[in-house]
Amino acid sequence: MNPMNVIIIGAGTAGCEAAYRLAKAGFTVELVEKECTPGGNLNNWFQLFPDRKQASALRQLLQQQVEHPSIRLHTDTVPVKIERQDARHYAMELDNGARLEGNALLVTTGFRTFDASRKEEYGYGIYENVITSVELENYFANRQILTSTGKRPERIGLIQCVGSRDEKMCNFHCSKVCCITAVKQAMELRELLPDAEILCFYMDMRMFGPGYEEMYREAQEKYNIKFVRGRLSEASENQAKQVVVKCEDTLVGKPMRMTLDLMVLMVGMEASDGSRWVAKELQLPLAPNGFIQPGDPHYATNRTAVEGVFVAGCATSPMNLTDTLTDARSAALAIGEFLNGNEHYN
Amino acid sequence: MNLEAKQQIWKEYQKEIADDRYYYARSCIRQTFFPGSEWAYLDILGNRLGKTVFDDPRHTTCTGIGYHSDVVPVETIMTVVARHFALMTEAGFENITPSCITSFGIYTEILHTWQEHPEIEEQTHEYLWKATRREFKKPKNLAHTSDVIYKFRHEIAAQKKHALVDVHTGRPLRVVDHIGCHYAKMFPSKGIGGAEFPAVLSGMVTAWGGEPVDYPERRHCCGFGFRNYLVLANRGYSIANSKKKFESMQPYEPDFIITNCPGCAMFLDKWQYTISEMEGTTYGKDGYGIPVLTYEEAAALVLGYDPWEIGLQMHQVSVEPLLEKMGIAYDPDAKYRNARGEDMGRPACPNYLKV
Repeated sequence: MNPMNVIIIGAGTAGCEAAYRLAKAGFTVELVEKECTPGGNLNNWFQLFPDRKQASALRQLLQQQVEHPSIRLHTDTVPVKIERQDARHYAMELDNGARLEGNALLVTTGFRTFDASRKEEYGYGIYENVITSVELENYFANRQILTSTGKRPERIGLIQCVGSRDEKMCNFHCSKVCCITAVKQAMELRELLPDAEILCFYMDMRMFGPGYEEMYREAQEKYNIKFVRGRLSEASENQAKQVVVKCEDTLVGKPMRMTLDLMVLMVGMEASDGSRWVAKELQLPLAPNGFIQPGDPHYATNRTAVEGVFVAGCATSPMNLTDTLTDARSAALAIGEFLNGNEHYN
Repeated sequence: MNLEAKQQIWKEYQKEIADDRYYYARSCIRQTFFPGSEWAYLDILGNRLGKTVFDDPRHTTCTGIGYHSDVVPVETIMTVVARHFALMTEAGFENITPSCITSFGIYTEILHTWQEHPEIEEQTHEYLWKATRREFKKPKNLAHTSDVIYKFRHEIAAQKKHALVDVHTGRPLRVVDHIGCHYAKMFPSKGIGGAEFPAVLSGMVTAWGGEPVDYPERRHCCGFGFRNYLVLANRGYSIANSKKKFESMQPYEPDFIITNCPGCAMFLDKWQYTISEMEGTTYGKDGYGIPVLTYEEAAALVLGYDPWEIGLQMHQVSVEPLLEKMGIAYDPDAKYRNARGEDMGRPACPNYLKV
């Protein structure tokens, strides 16, 4: 075995980026992916924020990177057993029978989107014209927005914080990217449907990233997107298959009731099943929000409580793509220091 | 609407309902509003399904109306409920089945409170002992009486004399269900089908041949809400809630409304008269209202009980159009006669609502 081999679980954005950086630094990488192709959740996106770049461009770049000769990509397979002999020796069995060995382990198992049907009052899966933000990306890819009855929607509502910051769903955390995703998707909807009324129902607009606040302003000023501060209480379906929603406009202080032709649920992020499995297998502590707990929230964000096991990207918390890529590079650096024995932090 | 997904949600919200030997807890108000319902329930359970139900004359109000109106403190209602459990224990029963939705909510809330705070349960034992020298055991099973009818819906269907079908056309009757707020909105896991898409009544409707109708304001409160009605100044708010529901369901042309809550059955029935007098509006066909049945009344009609025997003459909205659709024979002359055949007199006719 190459003495400088790293096993990475998950070939999403973080996994691909970390694999490439490690390969460039002279390590060999075993990159394991449960799907047929790398890319993870990025594969479900059409355009990125804030620059509206095509997601496919970044996806292609990541896929090119993992073609590096020092990276061995194992797709359509998942680990079934991980053995940690000591901090620098790992063996992993895959469900296809392969056995991998490595000197460090990086967990980049990403996130899963919230199952919107759990938020029963919104009727996802029951009402025909309730879709998720992920499904809307697919509509954009096909450049066609139609209701279940084949009609061009005249009024569309985007509902924020579905499965995030929601005590009832046992998710107290903010998924960070849904606010800006809603702004981006509202603008994309406006471009396809110039005459439609487009509303975003929000609790707060958390525009934390560079260019986000500007995009939010542009959505209001140039794209005529209406932002309503109020959380939806209920949705139901009428005879025309429209979605009848109720909420309170908390700025005006009045209850609202309206019909939507299409309702888009901005689904939040939860720890992926893979993260939960790896955490259990390696006894990695989980944070209260279910994501993997980093070694330290400030100076050991890529380390875990188990020496030699590292973590990056949305396996630790919700992140946007920019932060995911940065975190992946940071993890590659931390692993390099660990394997080379010149760690700066203990 | 995707009914398969709805059924998936229903599957996730199932609960255990005892098979036999029920301690019956009557409602304070149902015997006045719909006097045949509780009788019909006891008769169906005892004589049609062969179940043992103990109707205890010592049982009292749970004080739920007072509790939700902020005039009965929580310690008091817990002690009253503890007494009910003591009566059940003394009678040798373990399964309690309240007839009232609010009582069901109260029992559920109190059992949950005791589970989370055993010290409060201990305190209630002490209060009950001091007040009555009684001891109690918590019920092994708590189910609303509509849960029990739901459990035996197929057995009832097997004995049916009349399906929920328009006999003239063969069309399944369109039925709007209205679930009492205290059934599952507080504790969704305690209701069949949960709080958002409850199946307890629609399950009966389907089993008996009808077609449940979903409509936008299905979940909305009927407007009873205790203080909304008990405080005279709030009654406009109460009737506005019912009106919102009628307007929402009317386009679906329901053949009747089925409810499992004492207050809802009363309000959805009586407010139709009030609205007609206030605005001249009626919601049924040809000037009639939309009939409102309790689930026991619906079960009794399906099983072939005489409409006047189960008290349908006490309804404000006439049930005759529904009886005719279902092909149920009835004696119009017997409608206002008592059990001895004596004429009870006739109520005055409304100005707008056809009866």
